[in-house]
Amino acid sequence: MKAQFKTLLVAAVLALAGCSDEGGDKVRIGTEGAYPPFNMIEKDGKVTGFDVDIALALCEKMQVECEVVTSSWDGIIPALNARKFDFLAASMSITDERKEAVDFTDPYYTNGLQFVARKGQDFSTDKSALKGKVVGAQRATIAGTWLEENLGDTVEVKLYDTNENAYLDLASGRVEAVLADKFVNWEWLKSDAGKDFEFKGEPVFDNDKIGIAVRKGDPLLEKLNTALKEIVADGTYKKINDKYFPFDIY
Amino acid sequence: MTRVLKAVWPWLLFFGLIAAILYGVTADVRWDAVYKSLPRLFEGALLTLELVGISVVVGLILALPLGIARASGNIWIGALPYVYIFFFRGTPLLVQLFLLYYGLSQFDSVRESAIWAGSHVQTTLDLGFHRWALDFKIPGLREPFVCAVVTMTLHTAAYIAEIIRGALRAVPQGEIEAARALGMSYAQSMRHIILPRAARIGLPAYSNEVILMLKASALASTITLMELTGMAQTIISRNYLSTEIYFAAGLFYLLISFVLVQAFRLLERWLRVDALQGR
Amino acid sequence: MTFDLNGFGGVLLAGMLMTIALALSSLALGLVLGLAGALAKTSSSLPLRWIGGGYSTIVRGVPELIWVLLIYLGTSSLLLHIGQLIGRPNLAISAFAAGTLALGLCFGAYATEVFRGALLAVPRGHREAGLALGMSSPRIFWRLILPQMWRMALPGLGNLFMILMKDTALVSVIGLTEIMRQAQIAVSFTKQPFTFYLAAAGLYLSLTVVSMLVMHFLEKRAGRGFTRAAR
Repeated sequence: MKAQFKTLLVAAVLALAGCSDEGGDKVRIGTEGAYPPFNMIEKDGKVTGFDVDIALALCEKMQVECEVVTSSWDGIIPALNARKFDFLAASMSITDERKEAVDFTDPYYTNGLQFVARKGQDFSTDKSALKGKVVGAQRATIAGTWLEENLGDTVEVKLYDTNENAYLDLASGRVEAVLADKFVNWEWLKSDAGKDFEFKGEPVFDNDKIGIAVRKGDPLLEKLNTALKEIVADGTYKKINDKYFPFDIY
Repeated sequence: MTRVLKAVWPWLLFFGLIAAILYGVTADVRWDAVYKSLPRLFEGALLTLELVGISVVVGLILALPLGIARASGNIWIGALPYVYIFFFRGTPLLVQLFLLYYGLSQFDSVRESAIWAGSHVQTTLDLGFHRWALDFKIPGLREPFVCAVVTMTLHTAAYIAEIIRGALRAVPQGEIEAARALGMSYAQSMRHIILPRAARIGLPAYSNEVILMLKASALASTITLMELTGMAQTIISRNYLSTEIYFAAGLFYLLISFVLVQAFRLLERWLRVDALQGR
Repeated sequence: MTFDLNGFGGVLLAGMLMTIALALSSLALGLVLGLAGALAKTSSSLPLRWIGGGYSTIVRGVPELIWVLLIYLGTSSLLLHIGQLIGRPNLAISAFAAGTLALGLCFGAYATEVFRGALLAVPRGHREAGLALGMSSPRIFWRLILPQMWRMALPGLGNLFMILMKDTALVSVIGLTEIMRQAQIAVSFTKQPFTFYLAAAGLYLSLTVVSMLVMHFLEKRAGRGFTRAAR
């Protein structure tokens, strides 16, 4: 009996050893994995996407070995600060609010927020026409924040844990429109599920700069910035851009 | 020295824990943010109570025939309820929620039916002496609230059915025989003797189930419902103060479960549950 | 409606392995905590009773989801402090560790009650006999009380384990790639939520059936030599 209990104790301690010192030599890239085409998880479990490719290119330029770690979007900034990874390449917009928690590199692409809704459905983006409609967005993103701040009192805002789930509800009619990054929308509209939908109106928020986040005061910031300038200069950036988009997103 | 330590270590541990908690609580904790979040958390708590209240009551009603069928001992009557109970007890509530909310929305046939959009009831009820004009909307599965309530009800009904089955089986054989000896029919003995007795036997387990449902309601946040946990997550997504807000939400849950536990204790005392246990 | 898993079957099975790993490690932690809690609650020292009672009541009163989120997201600053204290500035908590801690904590709180009931059910005479034989307290516990307690606690613990296994689905919200999260990933690719969540349900059912069989076997083995009480 005692021997069994001892093994139990050892097992429990080993289990908690998962709470380990995540140091080591590899630099860890943090990303969400549910945001095609920027970061997504393939069938074989590999994480791919524009963000991941850019991050790996930066690592190559900095001559460090990198590995990709996924996290849920909700806890991604606390996870960065808790040292679960060393920098975030997850299409994170540079906002003043976030700057209080983390530091950002120079932008690596420019984004805009745009509505998508069903084709043929009348959907204008001015406040009076939107009264009472149900609009979805991902929680803890600038889309969600924008919706709450600008249309919070006019529309019913539904927040989702992933963008995917927001699209699922758009397809099934639970929400009448989704506000999200225009490139992510573009990717979804190409798919089978999005074929009956289209962009509505112009982007409501353009010039949204997307950067890589690091912990405050981390010297990695400078290295990343230098590497970023290098990959833009030598054409690596353009190659990755063209792999995913027929247009320029810088 | 070691003897003193041996005698006194529980007190050291106790005060050590208190000190650690006080330190954690007073060291750079943003109490102002917690204070600001209280009204919204309270709103969320109200929705939580709605969810729990409806599901445990409707779940009980749904579980009665299931539990009675299962306790009957007849294989054929108990088979279908068994499949239902096996499925809902054997799978996590989260899976059930997602199946109902996202899974069903995948099918056109569901989306085009009345259970999706709900129905708008507009009739007049003519009772001869009075005419009532009814005009209300029954929401459908399109609403996340409905999905959550339906899933939670089905889920808890499975557990309550097993509680009822156990309680019915535990009714002392002597009382059942006495009822029959007095000439009561099956229905009469059920209504007057067996069910009331079973209710008292099953009440502690039912109160347990209600508390478990309170905690399970936190999962409704995953299908966009703004109950307590969902509200907390939304607040945190703006101010990133996970520790403070989840702590506050946890306190709300503790408070609600405390009130529920006390309420059930009163109910048990009123129904004289312990007097009938005959230990 | 097609039941084709689109090649994501392997991903789901990998998730199942993670689920099992998470359940087992939480079980290990939970049993230790539960036993400690039960001993604390039945001890003669007042502060220990408070700690045991406080642990059990507080942890059982807060949803498991909140514990998972609190331990994963809410302890970052705490870990930074501790990390600085022990000279390991990189102290981090993985999703697996956070899930194990949270689920183990919750399991332990309920297990405290189960163990306590079983502890109280062992006749006092056994302890007294041990004392009369000159055994030390710890030895009495390990050799006499615990083996008997274990047999009586087993059904309750088995129940709690099955609940634990279903609660592992909660850890999907912090990104751990167990069954639910893998199912969500598959859904984001195939846009067929019903198929994959049904498949996930099937996996959980199979895990439930296996646990029930294991429980049955364990109870039989622990109860060998004991006649069954009247129905």
